[in-house]
Amino acid sequence: MKISGAEIIIESLKQEKIECMFGYPGGVVIPIFHHLFDAPFKFILSRHEQGAVHAADGYARASGKVGVVLATSGPGATNLVTGIATAYMDSIPLVVFTGQVSREMIGNDAFQEVDITGITRPITKHNYLVQDIQDLARIIKEAFHIASTGRPGPVVIDVPVDISKSMYKFSYPDTVSIRGYKPVTSGHPIQIERACKLIESAERPVVYAGGGVVISNASDELREFIRKTGIPITTTLLGLGIYPETDPLSLEMLGMHGTYYANHAVNQSDLLIAIGARFDDRVTGKISEFIPEAKVIHIDIDPASVSKNVMVDVPIVGDCKQVLSEINKVIRPPKIDRWLETVAGLKRDNPLTYEMSERGDIKPQYVVEQIYKQTGGDAIICTEVGQNQMWAAQFYKYTRPRTFISSGGLGTMGYGLPAAIGAQLAVPGKRVFDIAGDGSIQMNIQELIVATQHRLPIIIAILNNGFLGMVRQWQQLFFDRRYSHTCLAFAPDFEKLAVAYGAVGITVKKLEEVIPAIDRALSITDRPIIIDFHVSKEENVYPMVPAGKSIKETIMRELA
Amino acid sequence: MSQHVISVKVENKSGVLARVAGLFSARGYNIDSLTVSTTELEDISIMTIVVKGDDRVLEQVKKQLNKLIDVIKVSDHIGATSIQRELALVKVSAVPSKRSEIFQLVEIFRAEIADISAKTMTLGVKGSPEKVDNFIELLRPYGIKELLRTGRISLSNQ
Repeated sequence: MKISGAEIIIESLKQEKIECMFGYPGGVVIPIFHHLFDAPFKFILSRHEQGAVHAADGYARASGKVGVVLATSGPGATNLVTGIATAYMDSIPLVVFTGQVSREMIGNDAFQEVDITGITRPITKHNYLVQDIQDLARIIKEAFHIASTGRPGPVVIDVPVDISKSMYKFSYPDTVSIRGYKPVTSGHPIQIERACKLIESAERPVVYAGGGVVISNASDELREFIRKTGIPITTTLLGLGIYPETDPLSLEMLGMHGTYYANHAVNQSDLLIAIGARFDDRVTGKISEFIPEAKVIHIDIDPASVSKNVMVDVPIVGDCKQVLSEINKVIRPPKIDRWLETVAGLKRDNPLTYEMSERGDIKPQYVVEQIYKQTGGDAIICTEVGQNQMWAAQFYKYTRPRTFISSGGLGTMGYGLPAAIGAQLAVPGKRVFDIAGDGSIQMNIQELIVATQHRLPIIIAILNNGFLGMVRQWQQLFFDRRYSHTCLAFAPDFEKLAVAYGAVGITVKKLEEVIPAIDRALSITDRPIIIDFHVSKEENVYPMVPAGKSIKETIMRELA
Repeated sequence: MSQHVISVKVENKSGVLARVAGLFSARGYNIDSLTVSTTELEDISIMTIVVKGDDRVLEQVKKQLNKLIDVIKVSDHIGATSIQRELALVKVSAVPSKRSEIFQLVEIFRAEIADISAKTMTLGVKGSPEKVDNFIELLRPYGIKELLRTGRISLSNQ
């Protein structure tokens, strides 16, 4: 029996057992939407295609499953670009369907035509333009495989409308065979042996672990490794939660706004064990002074990440989970008691801190701390990008993977709200926050209605300082306090805006209102809540290692 | 900056060349020469790319090439371990009084006279890139009107 291309897409998605799809209709995808109407999985209608792709990304990060998106050709497709790039930078598995004009019109500047495979080539793991309906089911199978294996990433499938309408017999392949794509998952035994020797003889080792540990679900293996070796551990922004930050061996986050003790421990180390992390410039600062005395072991599934920024002594290409379990079988602890004392001293003497305001202003860090306390650390925290993101990373203590969801590599403002929608759909039983700034929340505020529609009790905590705070901070510190176009003096009334969207709006202007507002928000379970916290206007994120500088130049607090 | 001859075995389908070329252009690298054609297997093509660049950056480019789904194998052919050939067509001024000198060069280089007109000769030469370079240099004094090279192909002899 022959079915249409549109039906083949729906049947393939059923075979992939997807739970939900995010998207927005348009001319050339009407045939697909025609069959989506009675599909057995949920379809979440965004209010802008960027919202759909970020929501799919948030869903993927919270669930570990592939996020699926559908948008139309032309502007529908180009509106996805920022979201696809966001997922690509953070290695998030997405399968993104775009409609395309019919095959005979391609290249003719047809209405709503863009070359989306061309546009997304450098920001996808792979992409396809379907040119023959015979290939459609195989392409979908391959796309899910490519998106979710190896180093994951987004895959775009561009489907011309005549393919959606033409008829073909459906058969979904059981297996995938791509001769140019065979990711290595198990580490080389000799490399693992060399790594173990280095670890056992190290005097000042530090583990530096990142998003790769989240992706490979290797948090348990990582914890076992730390338990067996007693080595202190710092994580990247995307690694928050893979090791409990409440544990004495945790040095929390490193990097530009990392803790003093994480950065200094790494800097003084004689062995850095990098696991699923890629030596981003926001982590290393001035690369020549990053780890002057350390040998480096690097466990990563992506060979192109190894020795990219920092030369590695023992590369282990493989899946973090598999490699760590191999190491855990044989590793013996190094003798590092003196080092642990040094590290404990660094931690004790240089805590992450901020000063409460004498005038009673609400400090943004205080708000984040209270969110941590009132939720018992059991929430999923999504963030926007900028100061809000850094304070959310610093002052909430993450103890489980997939509980901190943020655009790390691309740094996409407007990510947090749609990502929170995706995360809440993936994990209905948890409270989901979007810690936001007054700038970034306005970038995808239209998605709020989606949360209302699906009765998602997302709590949007706006740290409202009337500024594009991170850029203002740089202007203050490095550009003579010329606050060029970073003051958001004109802003909407967020409480009224919440009400207009069918959400609950709460405005908080006094310190003593912070905790009751969070508690009230937590008591609401059938609609989204915006809490507009009016916080100190010119609070800065510290510590700060200025871009491209070494940790010796770290700014610890406000200069008088 | 050193010269690299990168041989990329790829799936013979549309879009692959753009993916491969994109990795070079994204880093601001100009490809000096590029040849693409099918191999003994018609669903596989080989691209031979000649490019100058920093060794470390090109190491990274090669790893990125390997990551492309449509790329099957990447190898860097360094002079001694591969056979490299190129073809050039040269249209050179050749007034009758100079023709015998040019004939001699054609003879020595085992080149071919592809066309001849009242004032010009068009010569074809094939061989190693060095041989082609030498031939062109020796023709230069006569006045080269037009010059085309195919870009090199390179076969590993390992």
